[in-house]
Amino acid sequence: MHTDSPHFKDFILHLADTNLILAQRLCEWCGHGPILEQDIALSNIALDLLGQASNYYGYAADLLGGDATADSLAMLRGERAYKNLLLVELPNGDFGRTVSKQFFFESFQELFLEKLMRSKDLRLRGIAEKALKETKYHLSWSSEWMIRLGDGTQESHDRMQQAVDYLLPFLGELFLPSEYEHELIKAGLIPNPNDFKARWEEKVRDVLSEATIEAEFPHKQVQKGGKQGVHTEYMGYILAELQFMQRSYPGLEW
Amino acid sequence: MVDAIWKYLEEVPDPEIPVISVIDLGVVRAVELLEPTRVRVTITPTYSGCPAMNEISMGIRLKLMEKGFDGIEVVEQLSPAWTTDWLSEAGKEKMKAYGIAPPVETSQEGGLFAGELGIACPQCGSTQTELVSQFGSTACKALYQCQACREPFDYFKCHH
Repeated sequence: MHTDSPHFKDFILHLADTNLILAQRLCEWCGHGPILEQDIALSNIALDLLGQASNYYGYAADLLGGDATADSLAMLRGERAYKNLLLVELPNGDFGRTVSKQFFFESFQELFLEKLMRSKDLRLRGIAEKALKETKYHLSWSSEWMIRLGDGTQESHDRMQQAVDYLLPFLGELFLPSEYEHELIKAGLIPNPNDFKARWEEKVRDVLSEATIEAEFPHKQVQKGGKQGVHTEYMGYILAELQFMQRSYPGLEW
Repeated sequence: MVDAIWKYLEEVPDPEIPVISVIDLGVVRAVELLEPTRVRVTITPTYSGCPAMNEISMGIRLKLMEKGFDGIEVVEQLSPAWTTDWLSEAGKEKMKAYGIAPPVETSQEGGLFAGELGIACPQCGSTQTELVSQFGSTACKALYQCQACREPFDYFKCHH
């Protein structure tokens, strides 16, 4: 049964962790957004991602059994146990970098979830089906901001170019399946992102070109390790904030 | 008896938009009578992170306790995914009266920067409306502004 496989559990955790850490980063904007409507937009996107993470964590907890709960998985693991992409742990930077990160992530998610909806695993399909509807709004929001800011003033354009240059080395990991993903791809349970890499690059190039931002694909640098639990220096600080309350007051509930 | 339970659930309001019920919202997917006073209600979340689901669950529980049931099970089901197609027509009318533009199922996608086209302003009825942000006061709503009367309003987003 595929659900017994440790590879499958690792993959669910990778999805859960990626959404959780990105939601956590987006929440840092709450109360600090450039204008009220965009502050709200960032929080709403974070909430959607947190909901998706919650669905994945719930599944992982059911698979792991024992003491595991969605909360314990989200809040109490050590750094090396988290399997999120490096991309999502990077600092928010300015609004331009936040928007660019979201755009790259959501453009990938759209294509990935479309395929994940056809997985043999019914529960994953259900989570993906819901997540895809939300992703479409995240994608149009972030695409619009890429274009507004990229094709904006000289300052907004320069900041966007810098943001994209900063993020490019971290995009390769999206298309570098980890060992556990390889096994699941072979078993036909999850999509191989390289099957839609060309389409992703095309869609991304369209938006970047309208935004008058230059970027080279594939980028020569590929930073990786997140999927294996080897994180950037930023991860420790994120977890310290995320886990502080649960570790200080174990079992704390609203 | 099951029919009666569905009727009782019409008295459970949506926590965010109290003029509509959880039945209008289309989040109640099944009602099963397990024993004379034991019932299982299956609900589905609107959005993955919808924070109102706990309150909805509690609202259902309290309402059915009020009606004399003592074994109430509320379970969540993710699939099939909730869609705005499941909103009742009555619910949409109530939303509009409340000041929220209901989803327009036949709206045209305007593409980037335009959002959905032809959304009518709930205050003045004009369709000269503009998308301000895909994200409004809650996960399910977008923010629009009417170019005729200049009032901003929430639009309940189409979710297919």
